[in-house]
Amino acid sequence: MTVTKPEDRRPPHDDAPVLEARDIVKRFTGVLALDHVSLSLRPGEVHALVGENGAGKSTLIKVITGVHRPDEGSVLLAGRPAGFAGPLDAQRAGVQAVHQEIGLVPDLSIARNLLLGREPRRALGLIDSRRMHETAARTLTSYGVRVDVRLPLRSLGVGAQQMVALARAVSVDARVVIMDEPTSSLEPREVDTLFGVIDRLRDQGIAVLYVSHRLDELYRICDGVTVLRDGRVVHQGALADLDRLRLVSLMLGRDVAKVRAEGVTRFSGAHEVSGEPVLEAHGLSSRYLLDDVSLTVRSGEVVGLGGLLGAGRTETAKAIAGALPLDAGRVTVAGLSVRRGSAGAAVRAGIALLPEDRKAEGIVPTLSVRDNIALAALPRLARAGVVSDARIDRIVDTFMKRLRIKATGPHQPVAELSGGNQQKVLLARWLATEPKVLLLDEPTRGIDVGAKAEVQALVDELAETGLGVLLISSDLEELVEGSDRVVVLKDGAVVGELTGDELTEEGVMTTIAQGVS
Amino acid sequence: MTTEQAAADAPVIHDTYRPSGRDRAFGLIQRHGATAVLALLLAVGSLAFDRFPTGENLGDIAITSTFPAMVALGMTFVIITGGIDLSVGSVFALGGVLAAYAVRWGTPAALLVPLVVCGTIGLVQGLLIARVRLAPFIVTLAGLLGARGLLLSISHEGATTYLIPHGSALARLGQGRLLGLGYPVYLTLALFVVGAVLLQRTGFGQAVYAIGGAEDAAALMGVRVTRTKIIVYALSGTLAGLSGALNAARLSSGVTILGTGMELDVIAAVVIGGTLLTGGAGSVSGTIAGVLLLGVIQNLINQIGDLSSSYQQVVSGAFLAVVVVAQTYLSRARRM
Amino acid sequence: MSEAAVALPRPAGARVLTWLQNYGVYAAIGVLIVVNIGITPHFLSMENLRTQLVQVAPIVIVSLGMALVIGTEGVDLSVGSVMALATALLPLYLGYGVGPAILVALLGGVAVGLVNGSLVAFVRVQPIVATLALFVGGRGLALVLAGGQLKDVHNAALLDLGSSSVVGVPLPVVVAGALTLLVAGVVRRTTFGRQLVAIGGNRTASVLSGLPVRRVLLLVYVLSGLLAAVAGVLATARLQASDPSSLGLLMELSAITAVVVGGTPLTGGRVRVLGTVAGALLIQLVRATLIKHDLPDSVAQMVQAVIILAAVYAARGGAGR
Repeated sequence: MTVTKPEDRRPPHDDAPVLEARDIVKRFTGVLALDHVSLSLRPGEVHALVGENGAGKSTLIKVITGVHRPDEGSVLLAGRPAGFAGPLDAQRAGVQAVHQEIGLVPDLSIARNLLLGREPRRALGLIDSRRMHETAARTLTSYGVRVDVRLPLRSLGVGAQQMVALARAVSVDARVVIMDEPTSSLEPREVDTLFGVIDRLRDQGIAVLYVSHRLDELYRICDGVTVLRDGRVVHQGALADLDRLRLVSLMLGRDVAKVRAEGVTRFSGAHEVSGEPVLEAHGLSSRYLLDDVSLTVRSGEVVGLGGLLGAGRTETAKAIAGALPLDAGRVTVAGLSVRRGSAGAAVRAGIALLPEDRKAEGIVPTLSVRDNIALAALPRLARAGVVSDARIDRIVDTFMKRLRIKATGPHQPVAELSGGNQQKVLLARWLATEPKVLLLDEPTRGIDVGAKAEVQALVDELAETGLGVLLISSDLEELVEGSDRVVVLKDGAVVGELTGDELTEEGVMTTIAQGVS
Repeated sequence: MTTEQAAADAPVIHDTYRPSGRDRAFGLIQRHGATAVLALLLAVGSLAFDRFPTGENLGDIAITSTFPAMVALGMTFVIITGGIDLSVGSVFALGGVLAAYAVRWGTPAALLVPLVVCGTIGLVQGLLIARVRLAPFIVTLAGLLGARGLLLSISHEGATTYLIPHGSALARLGQGRLLGLGYPVYLTLALFVVGAVLLQRTGFGQAVYAIGGAEDAAALMGVRVTRTKIIVYALSGTLAGLSGALNAARLSSGVTILGTGMELDVIAAVVIGGTLLTGGAGSVSGTIAGVLLLGVIQNLINQIGDLSSSYQQVVSGAFLAVVVVAQTYLSRARRM
Repeated sequence: MSEAAVALPRPAGARVLTWLQNYGVYAAIGVLIVVNIGITPHFLSMENLRTQLVQVAPIVIVSLGMALVIGTEGVDLSVGSVMALATALLPLYLGYGVGPAILVALLGGVAVGLVNGSLVAFVRVQPIVATLALFVGGRGLALVLAGGQLKDVHNAALLDLGSSSVVGVPLPVVVAGALTLLVAGVVRRTTFGRQLVAIGGNRTASVLSGLPVRRVLLLVYVLSGLLAAVAGVLATARLQASDPSSLGLLMELSAITAVVVGGTPLTGGRVRVLGTVAGALLIQLVRATLIKHDLPDSVAQMVQAVIILAAVYAARGGAGR
């Protein structure tokens, strides 16, 4: 596989940008998602778009492909206002997006997926299957995929499916191809194939917007880079001019030089660690996601999980909570083994997971605040299966006060609460079960500053009462200040562990940038 | 496309998922189970009963299966899009009553009126489902009641049974035979051929599969989701109406009480034929096998004589359960 | 991308729809009663009320089970077949006495529920398909058991169930009322009930919260089968005959209608027990009103169709999709 090194690359075909986003502003119900973001792509350029979760990458892609209409600013295609009515419109104009979750139909044959809507016809407008299969096989071979194209798409590996999606996208007169985390489920061999294809696109003068968190890949394939943070462009330029540590610090929003001076979170610092391991995970492995992850959390300790998006942090937490099927690995709580792959067993053992995606995995939107809080603890609030309203009221009241949940009352539907208060409701749900281990996956994401400080103080307080806490946070400051120890993950494996004096934001960033899994 | 020249240096992916023996077994049950069991039953029936393999008996099976088969054809399209049509039983009965009512204006009218009315019912359901985005289950449940109500009001609350005069062209259409098979059988076969071509060889068919497989992805790939769904429900209504009309022609009257519970039997036949109720997969040929299988089981049970015909329902229910478990197991295994 | 969901003041139209969704069924019943008092002679007569309530009792009982199933985002198509099965089993065991015969009939319903529930909870078959198998097979089995025949029932103790009264209220109505209170209590006051709605509201969250999801689902379908069997027994007693070929036909659709009209969303996460009863009453009342005024059954069916569509349309608007 030959991938041209950045310095060897010939300059882009011509200098007029094929796609341009100018001063894009996008608000969602008052929240500024994109704040005057500009970006331009020249033909034959591979441009990296990076940023942590919530930085605005997805919103920007959606604005470019016409899913969202910008509140201000405009998208230009070859110098003319694009004004796409939707992704389909964008596709027809030559702007193709290939998403993480492959936008194809798994049950249809590979050939039909590739050619849907453009099938070769014969008399009476009927589809000519033979020619369709020939065309499909020929096209895919050029992408390094040699398979029986009559099989359903789902019989392909994820990498090959991604290649079919790409082939489909490129074959409809594409001028711009947007790839959203294209390698997140690819094997190294498949990544090589993909990069071969991208090189070819470059030669054909197609512009590629490449979204990924894998630094190695960015440096292998991309020319320019745009770093987004909190809806703003924080850096734009040639990737070759940017070293890895600096890129990581830009993404995480921490200036390497400034980091040492500050310290403004609500965390109190080191906790009294009793030394008794309350949670032990050994060799957690799951194909594509986790590779032999082991860690220990002691009673009263806050252990941080560091790493970029997609490094396996959420997966580690889910695996511990019994919600991710594992190929190998073992979890023990206070020395007792927990049955693998059973969320119920994990909960009974004293593991509580505050999930990253509050809406999809946390709150039950049809129920009230009260019922949401009581949900996990129901068995202990009931006698012979009949729940005691008095006991529920007491516990709900206690936690609503203790966590300062702002609601009109316990019977308000939880869906009406703000993000921060929903998060507190979920925290209350778990505290009511009196857990031994608390797994917090991005506990302060998407909640306002005040609530954030409260949640942070609470985490501290909980650790002091002897709980073991595993803290996942993309907010590096929060991670470093809140944790007694940080385990750094990269590509699904542990690449380092930082304690004491090494535990600085710079240390975490260096480990991420240099760590080899 | 100028991408071929670079083929040589790209690493090759041969990686296809190889199903385990068990997956393959379930896959075969799902797709060809009905056909295999059908063949088996035909063989066993021929050996066990002298009267079974006669032309007359087989012709009987063909004509009794032909009416549910037509309805099942439309249902197959609906189910492949991931929807469901509970109204077909009522619409089938309505088609029969309309045909018998309209025969006074001549045979063309007797066919046209049910087709138009029933097609319109399907169309309206399709609009409510695709445009207003109401759940297919509920919309067609309302359609079931509405069509039955319409039928009752035409037949004076079921008190009047309209007759189709003997010797009329309509009656001949329903009762005539060619080479031992009733005319409707040929029509059904023709419709299935057209249906198969439609499903496999046209853009519309591709759209039907794509919508059932992944509606959002289909929309992104340029499939006209709304239009396709509306057509599918209109088609289902039309076919149910046609089937009802021809059935009335065969019986010489528009019997009002027909078709109750037919919708679920038809759905069962479609599912037995290997069409996934979750949508996205299925075939017209499987549906024929599913319908015939139920018909043959019924016929064999009649052959046994002293056995209650209700065993047919027990057997098809059990068979349905096996198919459904196989399907579910399979779709989960493939998702991994 | 986490675009913080901020609760917005909802437009007046949506509020009206929400109100209709929640209370529309009661309002509609109220209006119908008032109208009927005005225009229907003898509407308030004891005789008429008794007839209406006795007729609606089996539908109410089946609908209660259906409401639980729909609360878990499921559906149970087999309830009509379960009624047939129950009515077929009764005469076979009446020789051993009424008690054992009823017990066997109820066990039949439980068995069907176990099969349905296992398919849904463990094999993870879509509920509509899982219960379709027994919809088809259940009635067949009932007919086979009964030899395909209608049998008159002469057992006095059993017939008493259909005709006797408790302080003037017919027994089937008493049973339906008691079961309504029981099911309402289960939904509101038991671990099972709270877990059931949570599973319907967000299955992933329920799994992650350690709820016994499969056990709850299994039990829900068992209860639905049991309640349908109870309805089958009561209907047999009232009709004084065991007719597995027609008893409970289209019951699944009536029950689903009652549940939906009563404001329980088909998407699960909520069970409205009283609403369900009101839904069943509303449909009965509409039908009775139309028939009393010589408007035929055909119109009743079409009106019912419109009510269903109106109910789901309101539900769709109120939920904001």
